[in-house]
Amino acid sequence: MKILLGLTFIFLVISFFADRKKTFMGIRKGLKMFLGLLPTILNVLILVSIFLYLVPNETLIKLLGKNSGITGVMIAAVLGSVSLIPGFIAYPLAAILLKSGATYTVVAVFITTLMMVGVLTLPLEAKYFGMKVSLIRNALSFIGALVIGLIIGIFL
Amino acid sequence: MKKYILRIAETEYMLFILFGIFILLAHSLNLSSGKIIQNNFWLFFTEMIAFLPFMFILVGLFDVWFPKEKVEKHIGKDSGIKGTFWVILLAMLQAGPLYGAFPVAYMLWKKGASIKNIFIYLGAFSTLKIPMLTFEIGFLGLKFSLLRTLVTLPVFILIGKIMEIYLRDKYFEIRQPDLFRKDKK
Repeated sequence: MKILLGLTFIFLVISFFADRKKTFMGIRKGLKMFLGLLPTILNVLILVSIFLYLVPNETLIKLLGKNSGITGVMIAAVLGSVSLIPGFIAYPLAAILLKSGATYTVVAVFITTLMMVGVLTLPLEAKYFGMKVSLIRNALSFIGALVIGLIIGIFL
Repeated sequence: MKKYILRIAETEYMLFILFGIFILLAHSLNLSSGKIIQNNFWLFFTEMIAFLPFMFILVGLFDVWFPKEKVEKHIGKDSGIKGTFWVILLAMLQAGPLYGAFPVAYMLWKKGASIKNIFIYLGAFSTLKIPMLTFEIGFLGLKFSLLRTLVTLPVFILIGKIMEIYLRDKYFEIRQPDLFRKDKK
């Protein structure tokens, strides 16, 4: 986050000294895009907040901790796909999962689907790419995450 | 008054308003579920508001400063491995959840990036961001992170290739969600 803030600031200063008018145009363009997207983002955040209440961390640990084999991997893939957990929660959670007996495959699948597949953000993604392409990207990422998990399971 | 209510109902802020009413109700009835959901929402909202506006400002600046020809030359159709390298590097330097990558993808598309590189960008953004990797190494160890990175890289490059092949002969565009969609239709 801090990198992004710093980067924005540096670019803004450089841009401002290079061309004031262009800079304001860029800022206006960016903020306009942001405002256009804001309601959809808020809706997604609301859905995620409710989802996390319905499926708290304890439930995830219970579901993924001891379940091994293909069932565990599939549960991890589905849960990772429908959840939207920010990194600062997901990684400590993944560490707990490993401690409570989850395999590396399960953890890798969970983390990768969490990052690459977003069922709750589909409406947002579809606004940019269209529903069909978004579905295909998510489906491919889902399969990809399973492959990644299986390969990691071979090595670790 | 009625006019305003109808106008709000037409917008996409409807769910947000209902959510606000729910939170208020939960507060007055002292429901614990409302408090937890509200806390969750606040956590996500602050995470979002701390990075997304800046991301969009960067996207806007990128739009006014970088001419299409230049971007196209570096990450366009004929950019090859070098182009892929550039989009992965760009993605690694960013932060935030995946939905923050969509506006950037739109901008790259507008400037002539190839389909393959756009989907590679999304893959790299979701799995190889440096701020996130530091977190991962801290909690899951260097060995796990390194292995996951090495295995993930070819997977999303392949996804990019598949998307390119699939969309090659189809009409495909990345749109920008409009501020006033209703007027434009």
